[in-house]
Amino acid sequence: MKRIALLGMPNTGKSTLFNRISGASARVGNWPGITVDLMSAKILLGGHIAELIDLPGIYDLHGFSEDEQVVRHFLTHNAVDLLIVLLNSTQIERQLSLLLQIKRLGFPVVLALNMTDEAKRAGITIDTASLSEALKLPVIAISAKYGDGLPKALEAATEIIREQKTTSKPESINQLLQEDNLIEREMEDLIQKHVQIPATLTDDTTDKIDKILLHKWLGLPLFFAAMFLLFQFIFTVGAPLQDGLGWLLDTLRSSLLDALFANTPIWFQGLMLDGIYSGIATVAAFVPIIILFFLVMSVVEDSGYLSRAAFLMDAIMAKMGLDGRSFVMMLMGFGCNVPAIMGTRIMRSRAMRLLTMLVIPLSLCSARLQVFIFIIAALFSPKHAPLVLFALYVMSFLVMFLTAVLFQNQYKNTEPFILELPPYRFPTPRQIILRGWQEVKHFLNRASKFIILGVVMVWLLTHFPTNVAPASIDTYAGQIGILFSPLLDPIGINHELAIALIFGFVAKEIVVGALAVIYGMQGDALMAQMATQIDWVQAMSFMLFTLIYTPCLSTIATIKNESKSTGFMWLSIIWSLGLAWVVSFMFYQGAKALGY
Amino acid sequence: MQDLSQLGTGQQAIISAIEAEESLFHRLSALGFRVGKPLSIMRRANFNGPLHVRLGTTDVILRANEASYIRIQPV
Repeated sequence: MKRIALLGMPNTGKSTLFNRISGASARVGNWPGITVDLMSAKILLGGHIAELIDLPGIYDLHGFSEDEQVVRHFLTHNAVDLLIVLLNSTQIERQLSLLLQIKRLGFPVVLALNMTDEAKRAGITIDTASLSEALKLPVIAISAKYGDGLPKALEAATEIIREQKTTSKPESINQLLQEDNLIEREMEDLIQKHVQIPATLTDDTTDKIDKILLHKWLGLPLFFAAMFLLFQFIFTVGAPLQDGLGWLLDTLRSSLLDALFANTPIWFQGLMLDGIYSGIATVAAFVPIIILFFLVMSVVEDSGYLSRAAFLMDAIMAKMGLDGRSFVMMLMGFGCNVPAIMGTRIMRSRAMRLLTMLVIPLSLCSARLQVFIFIIAALFSPKHAPLVLFALYVMSFLVMFLTAVLFQNQYKNTEPFILELPPYRFPTPRQIILRGWQEVKHFLNRASKFIILGVVMVWLLTHFPTNVAPASIDTYAGQIGILFSPLLDPIGINHELAIALIFGFVAKEIVVGALAVIYGMQGDALMAQMATQIDWVQAMSFMLFTLIYTPCLSTIATIKNESKSTGFMWLSIIWSLGLAWVVSFMFYQGAKALGY
Repeated sequence: MQDLSQLGTGQQAIISAIEAEESLFHRLSALGFRVGKPLSIMRRANFNGPLHVRLGTTDVILRANEASYIRIQPV
């Protein structure tokens, strides 16, 4: 099978191109000696099946970042038949250096010039025909976003693959990598002859927007307002969808499933309906919010606003030993900790990466949000509900900052802060939906395993041994609650909540499902039941603990993978558990002392 | 001779030297910071925050500390 690798600088639309060529068939592949995940897809090229690999975006083959090392390792250990090098046309004057480095190594190359529409608007003209002649390789103008020029690029790729008998020789590439320095002059020469760049860019839309969004005094308030509006939007649109789905699942049970399992043994009926179904149904009702969240997030991410957020926040972040990029990843963490921790890869300093990884799991992720929305709805009046949720967000930021400040000397940062500000772009609906779909698919894949397993385990623990009342103190679950009660009583967490917390360790998505099983009811009935059993101080203490303590197993696995340190993983677990207990203790005892 | 961190907002200059260690030098060079190139300061963030620099068609943000390794000749 032929092997094609896709290479380019960050922000050139590489992933967009990869998604466009591969459709939704991309998979995460394993490569010897490479610890990061590389996406790959099987594609059909002129009758051949070829494997297309999406290499990480890099600035320079000689760079020192993890991604740059990954690309070097890949190219010096794997033979490839073709490299598709993707450059941003509007920045060809500097990006061409990457192509020249690649070309010098003797790879068969197709050069794809992306963002031709933007370049055209900026008044940049590239003579692709003469550039192709000078470089002695196919040069094709494309738009990864809209698909223009793509058939031509693939045709050129097919031709090279069909003609050529040999593949790259990883060993000799390793040697060639040691030597090259003449690239700069060659690049300037090529640009002068084949590219016309106006002295100043004619498209000043981005400048106009930046004047407002990066304004000295308006910038930060606008940033926080934008974040607030996005969250508002997600929940205003999400709530009715959530209700609708909940109704649908209830109806399905009462009109179909109850009858279906009516003749099965009682324990089996309980396992299927009260265990698996009610757990899944309770959690599934929150899926619309997650979908909305990632749809919105993908727009924000692709628009280029996240780098602006980094610019606005950097002065504050630097005081905590972090930088604007950490802040962006912390924000991503409010969607889901896992991709945010993976995203810290853009940082070159290991120290700052670790510090950011320690902080991210404290962000109020969408899974925790499910738990909070549920409990707030059960125990607080509609008037107080937004306030409580807001307080939890503030608390989340506070513990993040506290952690960063406390550990910043442990993980001292020496990394330079230099980031590109891409022009504002609006992603196409296709991009938004594809991205949203991928995230949701990923979330459901990850969540469903944990949820089904976790909820069934909770049901078993709360219904066995069979000779006692379900979910009572005498069940296995109750015993676990009693075992931990010396620790949990001082923070107002009763045995039922304790069991939910134990299962929240597997995934926060489980917590509400677990409560449904523990109390043997769901939806409004569950809310009413909980309101009679715990007061608001206990509920708040429970939410604070849930907010801060160990995130899901997926996050832990990601931390271990990315930090490549079991010790660091344990530090993260123990720190968050300890901090959660201390905060809940202070809140609960404080509120009690004040007479609540 | 000045360094980039001292250049005023809205002013233009030519890069005359880059005195950074190797990894920073590589990153700067890949983003377009090369001797002889013109640049201008678009804006600065408050509280001594990063500088927003324009080099040709590329916009870059960097901290004053990193900017101080870049020697410039104002024009």
